[in-house]
Amino acid sequence: MSKLSYPLLDVSNLTMDFGGLRALNGVDLSVKSGEIVALIGPNRAGKTTFFNCITGIYTPTHGDIYISARGDKRRRINGMKPNLVTRHGMARTFQNIRLFPTMTVLENVIVGRHCRTHSGILGAVMRNSRTRREEQESVDRSYELLEKVGLQMFADELAKNLPYGAQRRLEIARSMATDPFILLLDEPAAGMNPQETAELGELVLRIREQEKIAVLLIEHDMKVVMRLSDRIYVVEYGQGIAAGTPEEVSKNPAVIKAYLGEEHDA
Amino acid sequence: MFGIKKSLLVSIWFMFLTFPLMVIRVDTIEKTVQWRWMNMVYVGVGAFLFSYVWRFLLERKAAGSAVDAPAATVKERFTQRILTDPKMYRPVIAIVLVGAVIFPLIMDTYQVNIMVTALIYVVLGLGLNIVVGLAGLLDLGYVAFYAVGAYAYALLNYHFGLGFWTVLPIGAGLGALFGIMLGFPVLRLRGDYLAIVTLGFGEIIRLVLENWNEFSFGPSGISNIPRPGFFGMAFDMHSATQYLYYLMVAMVLFTIFVVNRLQHSRIGRAWMALREDEIACQAMGIDRTKTKLTAFALGATWAGAVGVIFAAKTTFINPASFTFMESAIILSIVVLGGMGSIVGVMLAAFILVLLPEYLRAFSEYRMLIFGASMVLMMVFRPQGLISNIRKKDAYKRSSDA
Amino acid sequence: MDYFWELFFGGLTRGSIYALIALGYTMVYGIIELINFAHGEVYMIGAFTGLIVAGVFSLMGFSGASLLVLAMVIAVLYSSAYGYTIEKIAYKPLRGASRLAPLISAIGMSIFLQNYVLLAQTSDFLPFPALIPEFDFMEPYIDYLGSSELVIILTTVLVMIALTVLIKFTKIGKAMRATAQNKKMAMLTGVNVDHVISMTFIIGSGLAAVGGVLIATHIGQINFYIGFIAGLKAFTAAVLGGIGSIPGAVLGSLILGWTESFATGYISSDYEDVFAFCLLVLILIFRPAGILGRSTTQKV
Repeated sequence: MSKLSYPLLDVSNLTMDFGGLRALNGVDLSVKSGEIVALIGPNRAGKTTFFNCITGIYTPTHGDIYISARGDKRRRINGMKPNLVTRHGMARTFQNIRLFPTMTVLENVIVGRHCRTHSGILGAVMRNSRTRREEQESVDRSYELLEKVGLQMFADELAKNLPYGAQRRLEIARSMATDPFILLLDEPAAGMNPQETAELGELVLRIREQEKIAVLLIEHDMKVVMRLSDRIYVVEYGQGIAAGTPEEVSKNPAVIKAYLGEEHDA
Repeated sequence: MFGIKKSLLVSIWFMFLTFPLMVIRVDTIEKTVQWRWMNMVYVGVGAFLFSYVWRFLLERKAAGSAVDAPAATVKERFTQRILTDPKMYRPVIAIVLVGAVIFPLIMDTYQVNIMVTALIYVVLGLGLNIVVGLAGLLDLGYVAFYAVGAYAYALLNYHFGLGFWTVLPIGAGLGALFGIMLGFPVLRLRGDYLAIVTLGFGEIIRLVLENWNEFSFGPSGISNIPRPGFFGMAFDMHSATQYLYYLMVAMVLFTIFVVNRLQHSRIGRAWMALREDEIACQAMGIDRTKTKLTAFALGATWAGAVGVIFAAKTTFINPASFTFMESAIILSIVVLGGMGSIVGVMLAAFILVLLPEYLRAFSEYRMLIFGASMVLMMVFRPQGLISNIRKKDAYKRSSDA
Repeated sequence: MDYFWELFFGGLTRGSIYALIALGYTMVYGIIELINFAHGEVYMIGAFTGLIVAGVFSLMGFSGASLLVLAMVIAVLYSSAYGYTIEKIAYKPLRGASRLAPLISAIGMSIFLQNYVLLAQTSDFLPFPALIPEFDFMEPYIDYLGSSELVIILTTVLVMIALTVLIKFTKIGKAMRATAQNKKMAMLTGVNVDHVISMTFIIGSGLAAVGGVLIATHIGQINFYIGFIAGLKAFTAAVLGGIGSIPGAVLGSLILGWTESFATGYISSDYEDVFAFCLLVLILIFRPAGILGRSTTQKV
């Protein structure tokens, strides 16, 4: 890892208050190019709040969030609107799947191309050659992404009719359509059976290898986390309690205590 | 057995509920009371029968959402085929077009006039459909933009003698301008608040028109608004109506063309995504405010343009034409037609405008039925008469892929 | 100075009526997050029922206070029944649907009820009998505070106290507060949410009927359309105070009542309704949470 380049995502001292409640307290985290990083912790530890803060849905109370695309300058994104965060190259999925239910699978993915395309109302009505070309590129790219996640045969189905596991994969394809350099996945394996979970793992690894996209994921399934992650951050009660390689983290007494104290089946 | 008991209870409940209003009529001046017991019988029988229909529909809906009932799917497939298969819909379109062209030649002025009204509502419905159906923004003050267009023509003609064709784009532009002016501050509001603000805005516009006599001539309105001319030619009553008719047909075709293209464009998809899930929509890099604003302003543009045509058609306008009820009628056209569906909205506009015209007995109950159908549609068929069918072949891959 | 006090009490009277209606909006919104568009119509039906009852019973020899109480009680009963039925038909089947669906259903219900009353009764203004007698002891104050205004204000105060007691101390009141805070948690702790929602509609509708009968006898005429404007204004008041908050609804109603009263008294009466609508638009734009409302963070 070159010392000169900034991490893709660099979060320091992130703090988020809701009224009197401190949901996050001074969390640090970074993701470097080519990495798969996991953020774990017991339920309600603040993981999703962390995602919401760095993607602009909440404005954090304190702290700094920097992103820097490969070769791009460092950009502070605190309080930036969610759509701009996506435009700058950080895309996400949601814990409770948020697809566009009555649009087709393909359309869901094409919507993801929105921030990489430009045609406006006039272009849509005139359907000039530039718009047509742009549309075609979006469609082609979307089919390509559907193939990558194995959903090409469902392209014309309505998103709401997909089985659960497929909906999660569609969400990943849709966020990849925004051409991110880093992808945030919020519990991508939740509710999946073991086979689907294994396939998802393969998918995440392929995303890193083929698309050169770094991944930050929240996940409860420890097998997935241990297999995929290069590094793991652990939060509890809104505070970072450990960070390191899967091996380091799994031996960390604070982590063991947090997990055994909360859920035994983890 | 249980069903009968339940329906009897419903029937008794509604007889009780409607008793004072339906049965008794008091004349407080003459000090007399009129008892209309027959009404109670009607209500009782009606409620009894209706409760069966209600339960049947609820059960069907529950069954439909549990598993896609095969029968429903087949029916769905059939309408879908009619609407998406060129072999099926091309002849239909051709017949409708020919019929539309011949219509004013074989009908008298009165009929043509009614048809012009219906076409005006078709365009208004399609315009509001952009806002409500596609972008999911509940606009209860749509008639305000219609009023802006109508008054723009009336006033610009009265003060400056501007003609119909000059004002048509101006009216559309003013509609858009008002849409942006209102939309800019209010579009960050949540859906239900947005509905109320637009309703308030619509009422403000109407009240201002009613009270600002120096500007709008108050409740008495503006009369002698000229009908549209054709390169300086003036028409008699009949040909003027025919002319307006063809103008409206052209307007409808143009609107369909534009809406159809928008639906399958980058902007249209952003509107639909916004309707489905605002948070996910923003996470896709879509600027929420900007996207809402384009939908809102575009809808207002159409209302403004049609307002100009309306003023030219009636040659007289006053604030009474632009009440909340008008907004409600246009909204029920969109709701009934199936939000987002072009064919559905057109069908609903014809039903809602023509039925009361031809069935005089029906016209008294018009608003009652509108209201009831809005409730029933939401409860049993939220997708409308004809749901917005996503075209399967709308997006084709390039051949090399 | 008399003119000022006249406007002051006029505003207080208006505000009291708005409060009686606004409470229904705010309670329903607090529990199911729905703008019950048909609420204004329930108020109108209350006024009509009151008129019919007063008409029938005055022929049977009733008069004065007993007639007022009778009209009020039956109007409350009927409005509550309507509120309950409206919820069962137009809103309950839509729970869990998109946000727009119940709102459109509510608008449909509102249009339906207006036209139902129009067809069942009349589209004309009906004169409403003066059920509140002129008290002798009010004679010295007659220039700025009439007897009926006094009765309206006092009744409203009494109703508010009763409502506060109900919500603070009774079982159903506690269940309502629990449901408003967190529907799921309330359900888990054994609250019958359907029952709570029904009760909310019943109570809110009853309050609106009290307002309907009082204002009708004060103003002296009603028609099928009074619910629309009054409902819209009461909604404005509820939003002004912070929708979902009961003290907020009362505060907002008083502010709106005084604003209207003083604005029409000192500026112009032509634009009476415009003031309220402008206030509504401005609040929603600049402080959608209202005066006493909390701004909520959307859960993702």
